[in-house]
Amino acid sequence: MLTLNIGQWFEVFIKWLKDNFEGFFDIVKNVLESGIVGTEDLLLLLPSIVLIIAITLIAWKSAGRGVAAFTFVGLLLIDSMELWDDTMKTLALVLISALVALIFGIPLGILAAKSKLVDKILRPILDFMQTMPAFVYLIPAVLFFGLGKVPGSVATIIFSMPPVVRLTNLAIRQVPTEVVEAAKSFGSTSNQLLFKVQLPLALPTILAGINQTIMLALSMVVISAMIGAGGLGNQVLKGIQQYRIGLGFESGVSVVILAMVLDRITQAFGNSK
Amino acid sequence: MTKIEVKNVFKIFGSNPKKVFPLLEKNLSKEEILEKTGNTVGVNDASFKVKKGEFFVVMGLSGSGKSTLIRCINRLIKPTKGQILIDGEDVVTASKEKLREIRRKKISMVFQNFGLFPHRTVAKNVEYGLEVQGIDENERRRKAYEALKLVGLKGYEESMPDQLSGGMQQRVGLARALANDPDILLMDEAFSALDPLIRKEMQDELLELQSKMHKTIVFITHDLDEALKLGDRIAVMKDGEIVQIGTPEEILTNPANDYVREFVQDVDRSKVITAESIMQKPIELASPKNGPRVVIRKMKKAGINSILVTDAEKKLKGIVTIDDAVELAKKDNENIEEIIKEIPTVSPDTPIVDIMPMSAEADYPIAVINEDNRLLGIIVRVSLISGIVGEGN
Repeated sequence: MLTLNIGQWFEVFIKWLKDNFEGFFDIVKNVLESGIVGTEDLLLLLPSIVLIIAITLIAWKSAGRGVAAFTFVGLLLIDSMELWDDTMKTLALVLISALVALIFGIPLGILAAKSKLVDKILRPILDFMQTMPAFVYLIPAVLFFGLGKVPGSVATIIFSMPPVVRLTNLAIRQVPTEVVEAAKSFGSTSNQLLFKVQLPLALPTILAGINQTIMLALSMVVISAMIGAGGLGNQVLKGIQQYRIGLGFESGVSVVILAMVLDRITQAFGNSK
Repeated sequence: MTKIEVKNVFKIFGSNPKKVFPLLEKNLSKEEILEKTGNTVGVNDASFKVKKGEFFVVMGLSGSGKSTLIRCINRLIKPTKGQILIDGEDVVTASKEKLREIRRKKISMVFQNFGLFPHRTVAKNVEYGLEVQGIDENERRRKAYEALKLVGLKGYEESMPDQLSGGMQQRVGLARALANDPDILLMDEAFSALDPLIRKEMQDELLELQSKMHKTIVFITHDLDEALKLGDRIAVMKDGEIVQIGTPEEILTNPANDYVREFVQDVDRSKVITAESIMQKPIELASPKNGPRVVIRKMKKAGINSILVTDAEKKLKGIVTIDDAVELAKKDNENIEEIIKEIPTVSPDTPIVDIMPMSAEADYPIAVINEDNRLLGIIVRVSLISGIVGEGN
């Protein structure tokens, strides 16, 4: 039987990337790091109660009274468990990672909707990204960026991007043929078709994709505490390593609360359109 | 003047259209070609010309290729082979920019399921064609309101499409197509999604609009009655081929093959066949200058008991019966103008259905005259009946 050392080749490939694209990785690292740290500082600048009220107001505006009440109580609970700082660190990492995932993901989705070729190429890559066990991303991320927030963020970006790409693609393809034909028949350019007709009609589904991406980002951010990304995941990890059931439970609950707040607010944006 | 000329257009769907052409030349059917090559023949060698201001209807059942054909005209679907000339310019080979220009200025389209933009107000829907041309906002708003008024939707400008009924939505579709004042309207089964009463109303309104606007219209339908009602000329399609082109009457009275014959079998002919196609040439005519004896001799010779009187320009004066003529001759009066009676007249485009009641009451034949009162022919009861059953001509 033939033995293939695919693992070894992959290592060689990663090394080659690292040696030849160091400058590029440095830039990525600097940009992400300053983005994450900046957001973190911003969130921690204000006293927790101000931020809690602000987020509650956003929830009220977008999702109504029930969600607002839940947000207020939930965030107060996190604060009272003294996990506020870690929660904000996690939130900063989620926001920046999800933002980058969306910046790349939405245009990729649009390209895939417009071109069969791009769609064909992208499909297996997305399958790969989604089914690869999340932990596996951590290893090359550490190789390129060392330990800390940046590799955590990079792993998160890769892991959370597929849903928004897929749903953007689907959303644009789902715009009724006749409507697209109508737009074309009046002499729209392809940009006019995209921005005046396809994107507005695709928006609710794209927002569902954005919601999914944020949720996946949150789950990955917790995992990436294993490579020193910090935040709530770190507390969960401590709970496991030091067998502190209480701490594990508290930080777990905080993750769930944060997830629900983010989910309800982003979902509400999707439904209101 | 020819506005649209479609020349030997083919549309083959599938990965290898080149393989299909030799098979088409061997007269293989659509099904056989699909089986052999995996390609579908959408349009097979379609050719026709549409005159400026003409209402041209393409009729066929679903799968006959009519929707594909109409989409070739503004290249929403690119023909595999052939030419489509609009004002002499080929759409098939036009550059992207040229095509956009043609779509913006010359051709508009109305869709079966309306194809409205659900996220835009009615006025914004109608404006769309002007908006993509970069026309200033006030100007396009004004034109949109004007077009909406034209289709009877004044007051609905700021509604959303889904607040309107189907008929009203299609009016929006029509207003949108008219807003940029195109020469050509493409209407793809435009009224098929509407219920019958609304459909009839829309047909009548379209005809009325057309009588004012004189657009060149290509209208697709699967409904023969609709085709006969609207079309100046009709093209009948089957399996991607045009099997007959002609006026509604030609299609009815002279079907090109069994397919068309079967199709037109159940049509209410009395609504379509007009006086012109059932009228006969009068055997004999009298002149007002003729004396009664001349008139009597003419009737005797032709074996008739009444005769139409026309002047030198063939203008109808009326009818003289044999009894009145004999009476006049006895009195030695030479002036037959005294005994000329009026008879019922119709114009050549009057449908049979309107002639029937007149014929039932009249004692004499009905005269067909043009707008100058010139006699074109006569209709006797026998030709009316044979016109209805389709035995005439």
